[in-house]
Amino acid sequence: MPINIDINRIRVVIIDKIVHETPTVKTIVFKDRLSSEAKPGQFLMVWIPRGEELPMSVMVPDRKDKNNKDSAALTIRKHGYGSTLLFDKRPGDILGVRGPYGNEFKIGQNKKVLLVGGGTGLVPLMRLARKLNSNKIDTTIIIGARTKEEVFFERMANDLLRDTRHQVIVTTEDGSYGEKGYATDAMARLVDGGKQERSRKNAKFDCVYTCGPELMMKKVYDLAASASLPVQASLERYMKCGIGICSSCCIGDQLVCRDGTIYNERQLSTMAEFGRMYRDKSGRRVPY
Amino acid sequence: MAKSKANSKAGRTTNERTVQPDDPALAVTVAGLHLRNPTMLASGILGISQDIFARLYRAGAGAIVSKSISIEPIEGYRNPTIVSLGSNSYLNAVGLANPGAEAFSKEIAPSRGIPIIVSLVGSSDKEFPPMVQKFDALGNVIGYEVNLSCPHVAKMGMEVGDDPEMVSRIVKAIKAGTRKPVIIKVGIGAADVVKIAKVAKESGADAITAINTIRAMTINIETGMPVLSNRIGGLSGAAIKPAAVRCVYEISKAGIPVIGCGGITTWEDAVEFILAGASAVQIGSAIGNRWIDVFAEIGAGIKKYLERKGMKNVMEISGLAHKY
Ligand SMILES: Cc1cc2nc3c(=O)[nH]c(=O)nc-3n(C[C@H](O)[C@H](O)[C@H](O)COP(=O)(O)OP(=O)(O)OC[C@H]3O[C@@H](n4cnc5c(N)ncnc54)[C@H](O)[C@@H]3O)c2cc1C
Ligand SMILES: Cc1cc2nc3c(=O)[nH]c(=O)nc-3n(C[C@H](O)[C@H](O)[C@H](O)COP(=O)(O)O)c2cc1C
Ligand code: FES
Repeated sequence: MPINIDINRIRVVIIDKIVHETPTVKTIVFKDRLSSEAKPGQFLMVWIPRGEELPMSVMVPDRKDKNNKDSAALTIRKHGYGSTLLFDKRPGDILGVRGPYGNEFKIGQNKKVLLVGGGTGLVPLMRLARKLNSNKIDTTIIIGARTKEEVFFERMANDLLRDTRHQVIVTTEDGSYGEKGYATDAMARLVDGGKQERSRKNAKFDCVYTCGPELMMKKVYDLAASASLPVQASLERYMKCGIGICSSCCIGDQLVCRDGTIYNERQLSTMAEFGRMYRDKSGRRVPY
Repeated sequence: MAKSKANSKAGRTTNERTVQPDDPALAVTVAGLHLRNPTMLASGILGISQDIFARLYRAGAGAIVSKSISIEPIEGYRNPTIVSLGSNSYLNAVGLANPGAEAFSKEIAPSRGIPIIVSLVGSSDKEFPPMVQKFDALGNVIGYEVNLSCPHVAKMGMEVGDDPEMVSRIVKAIKAGTRKPVIIKVGIGAADVVKIAKVAKESGADAITAINTIRAMTINIETGMPVLSNRIGGLSGAAIKPAAVRCVYEISKAGIPVIGCGGITTWEDAVEFILAGASAVQIGSAIGNRWIDVFAEIGAGIKKYLERKGMKNVMEISGLAHKY
């Protein structure tokens, strides 16, 4: 590939492998150098030929895969039209990708961090986990799911964090696996001013990283604010262009695709729409 | 390429300049509107949010043209709706997605001193007056642009703009409902663009914006498939610039005030349009590559050019190419 490749032009990729994570979640592995070099939190615009184009976070391929140089992955939850088309793809099928787009989760001087993810919001956190591991950052990750059969990435998280001190906490809403409740309930126990779980070794953090349903992230933001913890949250908005010209992804005066997707607590505090409303395909504001 | 590193602070990005003091050399008058500089935001680019308009105005835009607004909300086509072709050129078939006149009038109702030109789209003359009624009293609204040239939506845009009879009826219907300037946006369709511009002017339009995107398509050769979900869309950016310059030149030669649009990426492009006869310019696709600093960059470039040529104001160079 030429060095000065235009990241905005669609690159055709062939699916190498598909991993079944849960009955409704799959990981698609393919080769694309630019995607393999994506920074934690960046996303691709993924073209399903004659189907859809969707923003998708870049996942890390399994390090045990042989021949995974230049490999990248997508992890998809089967939801509506577009994601189902992607979910039903097979090895050998063709996709188009452009990007990677967006800013990245920053580690900075942080030494002990907390990651809170729900559903496919865990995807960018896995790429972050890989980097935290190589920087030897003490990491706690909370994986939130509705029920036992929807839990994924528990083994992946342990593997990605293998060289650093870490703890993987799983929560299920129905209590069928791990701790009962929401991911944010587990977070509250960890950070709640140190009041509860004072004995837990990871009771204090330098930063909380989060991605998932916006109402979950709002709760994470509120909990972090009450414990005076910095936050980095990756926001989702409806995207068409991914490059800052169509405005469909706007929140306040920010274009999530180009200025974001990751915002810190100070930025989030100025966003009146955060956790309250988003714009639909036509651009109308709709409450969550 | 995205300059994502530089985008850190909420509210503004670090590489964005805040508004320079208004420079008299750049002030222009078009369609009776006094603008602090000739660089306007083109319709459909970052065009639905008042907070974004405020940011673009801070970044240096002379005026903002909104996304084309229809009487009812439109969801638009399925993605892919915007395809980058490289070389600062794009293909889009967004399908006129917009929040509709009711929601958009609420969006821009708080008066924030931003000069907004509301772009309107509809399929017959009947649809425009009720929209004008919703917008006309709003303090931010300085005029209207009428999209008679979108090349990829049935019964709207170009399908209307190709019919001189309908163009005339629409212009008259809108003019009857407002004292604000009405600008007609034309493009390259089946009808002669100069003829449509003349019909619009004779029916009362205050100026013409030329041009909209040009009907086009792109096929991915590995799959053999058209990329846009709508298959056919509109070409914008550098690829259409010479075609746009030609339209501006011919319409302006016919004595009609023109706002130039199509592929303007640098100050040199803007100057070329103004020499062809444009009184102001609109910038759309270039935001994708140059980001929103493009307004201030183009303004500064025009200013230097004027100094070098010994001109006091940008209007002095408008149409200079007509002499030759
Ligand atoms: C930056 C970013 C990263 C994402 N990463 C992942 C990921 O790693 N894995 C994953 O499964 N999903 C991810 N998503 C969500 C994904 O893009 C789709 O929204 C989701 O798969 C549903 O698509 P659908 O066509 O099945 O939904 P539909 O049933 O068609 O729509 C349901 C909802 O999905 C959302 N949606 C649909 N299209 C888009 C779009 N173009 N942009 C944004 N939201 C849309 C809208 O809120 C819509 O109301 C990400 C979204 C964003 C913005
Ligand atoms: C994504 C996109 C959406 C557009 N939407 C509209 C629109 O709603 N109404 C309109 O009159 N023109 C629309 N246009 C056309 C632009 O306003 C402009 O005329 C055209 O893109 C040429 O200018 P440019 O090369 O600077 O982009 C759109 C263009 C693009 C790229
Ligand atoms: S998706 Fe188009 S501006 Fe962000």
